[in-house]
Amino acid sequence: MAEPRVMDIKDQPGFRTIAVICLLVLYVPVLILMIFSLNSGSLVTHWEGVTLGWYGTAFLNEEFHAAARNTLIISVTATIVSTICATLAAIGMTRVKPWRGLAAAFMVINLPLMVPEIITAVATLSFFALIAGAFGLNFGIGNLILAHTVFCIPFAYMPIRARLEDMDLTLEYAAADLYATPWNAFRRITLPLLVPGIMSGAALAFIVSFDDFTITQLVAGPGQTTLPLYIWNQIRRPMTPEINAISTILLMVSILFVSVSFLIARRRAK
Amino acid sequence: MTTAALSPTMISKAALFEAQAVKTSARRNRLLSLPALIIIGIFGVLPLIIICVYSFLVAAPYGGVQWQFSTDAYLNFLFQRDIFDDTLQFTPDFLIIYLRSFLFAVVTTVICLLLGFPTAYFMATRPPAQRNWWVLLITIPFWSNLLVRTLAIMFIIRDEGLINNALIGLGVIDKPITMLYTNFAIQLGLLYAFLPFMVLPLYSSLEKLDFRLIEAAYDLYATRRQVLWRVIIPLSKPGIIAGCLLVFIPALGAYVTPLILGGGIHLMIGDLIAQQFGSGRNWPLGCAQALILMAAVLVALYFYVRNTSGKVQHG
Repeated sequence: MAEPRVMDIKDQPGFRTIAVICLLVLYVPVLILMIFSLNSGSLVTHWEGVTLGWYGTAFLNEEFHAAARNTLIISVTATIVSTICATLAAIGMTRVKPWRGLAAAFMVINLPLMVPEIITAVATLSFFALIAGAFGLNFGIGNLILAHTVFCIPFAYMPIRARLEDMDLTLEYAAADLYATPWNAFRRITLPLLVPGIMSGAALAFIVSFDDFTITQLVAGPGQTTLPLYIWNQIRRPMTPEINAISTILLMVSILFVSVSFLIARRRAK
Repeated sequence: MTTAALSPTMISKAALFEAQAVKTSARRNRLLSLPALIIIGIFGVLPLIIICVYSFLVAAPYGGVQWQFSTDAYLNFLFQRDIFDDTLQFTPDFLIIYLRSFLFAVVTTVICLLLGFPTAYFMATRPPAQRNWWVLLITIPFWSNLLVRTLAIMFIIRDEGLINNALIGLGVIDKPITMLYTNFAIQLGLLYAFLPFMVLPLYSSLEKLDFRLIEAAYDLYATRRQVLWRVIIPLSKPGIIAGCLLVFIPALGAYVTPLILGGGIHLMIGDLIAQQFGSGRNWPLGCAQALILMAAVLVALYFYVRNTSGKVQHG
């Protein structure tokens, strides 16, 4: 890179080096983990050669199938429910005259972001234990879906709300001027403009649900192993590069969804 | 003439109609936030109330609680009842774990700030196209699976991990240095986990920095160092506070990192709480410990609110 050799007033000495170090620190360990998923030896730390065999092993593994199925059931359902709730809430909290309790409602929506995850985890566990004991209610995997929906809502809510606040209100007023019913104005004007925000919110909700470990670990009952729990169970046994392969798959899913959410947000900014 | 006479009424009629439409739809829109509020209310807020109640009950022998009022959980946090003469004895075991966690969280926050600030500033001063790439590269670890990222650290620092293998291969050492399951491992893991949480809020505040102010400072013969300490850092204070909070709170309640890198030997608050619901079988104690952690978080949030609201920015 040929940069002009004049003093750039924005520069601070050494900052470039630190930035590059940060990037290396963040990526090198994960890249090493990914590279070792291709190791043909059966040790996670001794390199012997390249193979895709461990991915094959993972894909043929029944336990992995069950965990993947559980994860998808939970995160897809939680994503759909939380995105719908978050979209409605975002409209109910931006396209209104300020109402009493608006600030409190905003706090409730964002509550799962402020409470440390371990507290949410033990609180949710206590809650489900209580309703199981008092009313004999047990929703099975529904317990996990409900727990995930709660913390997915604020993540879905943020980009949707941001999009609603950026939106040009004159279009909605124009629709109302032209005698569109509120529903029609919403369906034909607001909703199409809101789609990128909803997609971005849904992608974030999916990632946080898909990756969740702490809450899932404490709330999950027998037979409700998700992919992160499956990895945790594997760590405690003698490890093979299969664990690296499964970890790599999980990382790839995160990277895919983050990039999608990011690109949608970028396009919005243009 | 008629148009001139009519138009004001028409306008006011239209305005009235519009206002009414907006008003009724506005009132109805309010109800749209109900599903989200109900779900979070029942499955998010109610559980927090339940653990408040549980913390004042007696532990059932096989996990769960017995409905009998007691303040033992809070007493047990600091004291242990002597088996023989039934007196309370000060036992700081839990307190020490809390202080240790606090120390871990503070060190994590400080080092993340020292590394994260230059990084965020460097990102904010790139040309826009490059900037997007940097943001994406920091955003990816922000949202990546924490368990997997912690696992990556574990692979590197194990006795037979990459670092030890390399050092032995080079002949620097002949026995592996034990790094896993030490305080060092936890500290490293926390830094690795939360660095992106510092960079992103710092970046979003530095991105809005008015660089003409820096130019003005140089015009007034400020040195680079003075520009950094007297212009850039004061202007990015909101970002610094937000970043510190975003690192400090999750680091204080960290669970996954000490679980994997501390190996159950070196506990943090998160593991301690989880233990009471597992092998410890003392739910009320776990609830009390969780609420004490919550109180610490609320104190941190209080300082955040006090520091960010009602402050006038001085350039």
